[in-house]
Amino acid sequence: MPETIIERGSRSGAESGSGPRTGTGAPAAAAQAAATPGTAPETAFEAKIAADERIEPRDWMPDAYRATLVRQIAQHAHSEIIGMQPEANWLTRAPSLRRKAILLAKVQDEAGHGLYLYSAAETLGTGRDELLDKLHAGRQKYSSIFNYPTLTWADVGAIGWLVDGAAIINQVPLCRCSYGPYARAMVRICKEESFHQRQGYELLHTLAHGTPEQHAMAQDAIDRWWWPSLMMFGPPDDESAHSAQSMAWKIKRHSNDELRQRFVDICVPQAEILGLTLPDPDLKWNEDRGQHDFGAIDWSEFKEVLRGNGPCNEQRIGRRRQAHEDGAWVRDAAAAYAAKRALGAAGPGEAAA
Amino acid sequence: MSAAPDPATADLATAGALALGDDALVLSHRLAEWTGHAPVLEEDVALANIALDLLGQARTLLSLVGDEDELAFLREERAFRNVQLVEQPNGDFAHTIARQLYFSVYQELLYGQLAAGGEAAPLAPLAAKAVKEVAYHRDHAEQWTLRLGDGTETSHARMRAGLDGLWRYTGELFRPVEGLAVDWAALEAAWLETVGGVLERATLTLPEGPRATGWSAGAGRAGVHTEPFGRMLAEMQHLHRSHPGASW
Ligand SMILES: [Fe+2]
Ligand SMILES: [Fe+2]
Repeated sequence: MPETIIERGSRSGAESGSGPRTGTGAPAAAAQAAATPGTAPETAFEAKIAADERIEPRDWMPDAYRATLVRQIAQHAHSEIIGMQPEANWLTRAPSLRRKAILLAKVQDEAGHGLYLYSAAETLGTGRDELLDKLHAGRQKYSSIFNYPTLTWADVGAIGWLVDGAAIINQVPLCRCSYGPYARAMVRICKEESFHQRQGYELLHTLAHGTPEQHAMAQDAIDRWWWPSLMMFGPPDDESAHSAQSMAWKIKRHSNDELRQRFVDICVPQAEILGLTLPDPDLKWNEDRGQHDFGAIDWSEFKEVLRGNGPCNEQRIGRRRQAHEDGAWVRDAAAAYAAKRALGAAGPGEAAA
Repeated sequence: MSAAPDPATADLATAGALALGDDALVLSHRLAEWTGHAPVLEEDVALANIALDLLGQARTLLSLVGDEDELAFLREERAFRNVQLVEQPNGDFAHTIARQLYFSVYQELLYGQLAAGGEAAPLAPLAAKAVKEVAYHRDHAEQWTLRLGDGTETSHARMRAGLDGLWRYTGELFRPVEGLAVDWAALEAAWLETVGGVLERATLTLPEGPRATGWSAGAGRAGVHTEPFGRMLAEMQHLHRSHPGASW
């Protein structure tokens, strides 16, 4: 797959006081390339963006802005539902009832995130069915991180700590995204993601302070998940394709590299408390920069996984397709039933479930 | 196999809590198996939600008996007291919905009686809380039974097959459980009426044939289970048993 959601979710940079400036050119210029300047709706749109106001579904917006958002929100939604698979892999083997309840609630949250996001995409005129068809046909992507396998119970903790942790860093800026429904969905989602991150950290902490076997299990999980997590922020800034435009539209607010750095700086002290080692011999504090230096990322692996050659690409999309096909008769039945109700005297709505 | 108390010698309330706790634990596990591949995303949410409610009930009930994790992860198959209905594999969505309909109607009526009856005081507060959750489970099963029964020919046939296939596990539901102050005959009559009513609205009928066989009459409650249950437990217990004494 060509990009991770994160890639879309990140690069950008200049504006609004808080974030440092990374920059790929003047935002306004990029935006104007896509709209036809001069007429009233374009002017109103530009003014709202400039004033940091939200664009709402009924507002006029450039076609390219709409298309960019649909693509990004769809990838994000797909990532939520594909992301259920690696964790559901351990639901039936969770080693305590408390952990099982936490994991079940987490996976349920991810399904809920999928629902919010497909709804947000729908406000742009693209329905869930269409987006799922594109996912199943391989024409839309999901975050590559979910193409890695969960081999041990500790992987559940590593996903919570690192993957949900990276997702939060990518997604918190999206709470200020210029498109209202997406921004509002992200506010709800980010709250839940931070629970997931803390639960994953706590799970790893318990393992790291448990038996030697449990400690080794935790270390092994970190060894396998650390580098893929860094790749979640997408390619380096100088190789990012959609940056300038997304920044101009205030869909993105920080660059990939900037967010990746933030993630590393947050994780290093947390790993120390966990008593686990991040698998990077070049990782060290840089006094001058006030940030950690870290080793070179193997982008060839990243590209391979994007291209479909990760350990679980086929398995993930295959299972998703299978579930969709297996469920077709159920969806048909629900539609047929609803149609019968609609025909026979305006019956009570069916909403359950 | 360790600290699990022998149900035969445990006090009566404990025996009741163990039976109901095992029902909830096992059905929760089966429903959790759906996660990630339900027919629609809303059902991933709904089935996980029901599984979570049941897991919560199981934890409360098992904690009345002993250590919840020892009971869940260290008992052998023959020590589980759940009815065979809840351990049946998911099958297709209609099969799962049939199981949900049969069991949620039972559980709602059962918890309703326990919540009302002062005699079963130890379980009354739990039952009062659980009955509200189970009302949602029953509504969910009912709505889907209507859609599948009165949806398409295919869905009708699949729902019919699910109901028929599980029918022989329903007799066991009404075998008295020691320690539960329940009017079992009234429970059974109400169950037949409620399930029959839903099926009629769904253009279906109650299955025919025996509701129990020599093997399923009261067998689960006595610790005799079906083959798929052993595999389910093997998966559920493997990690916990692989690290004796570890904390998670
Ligand atoms: Fe999520
Ligand atoms: Fe999450």
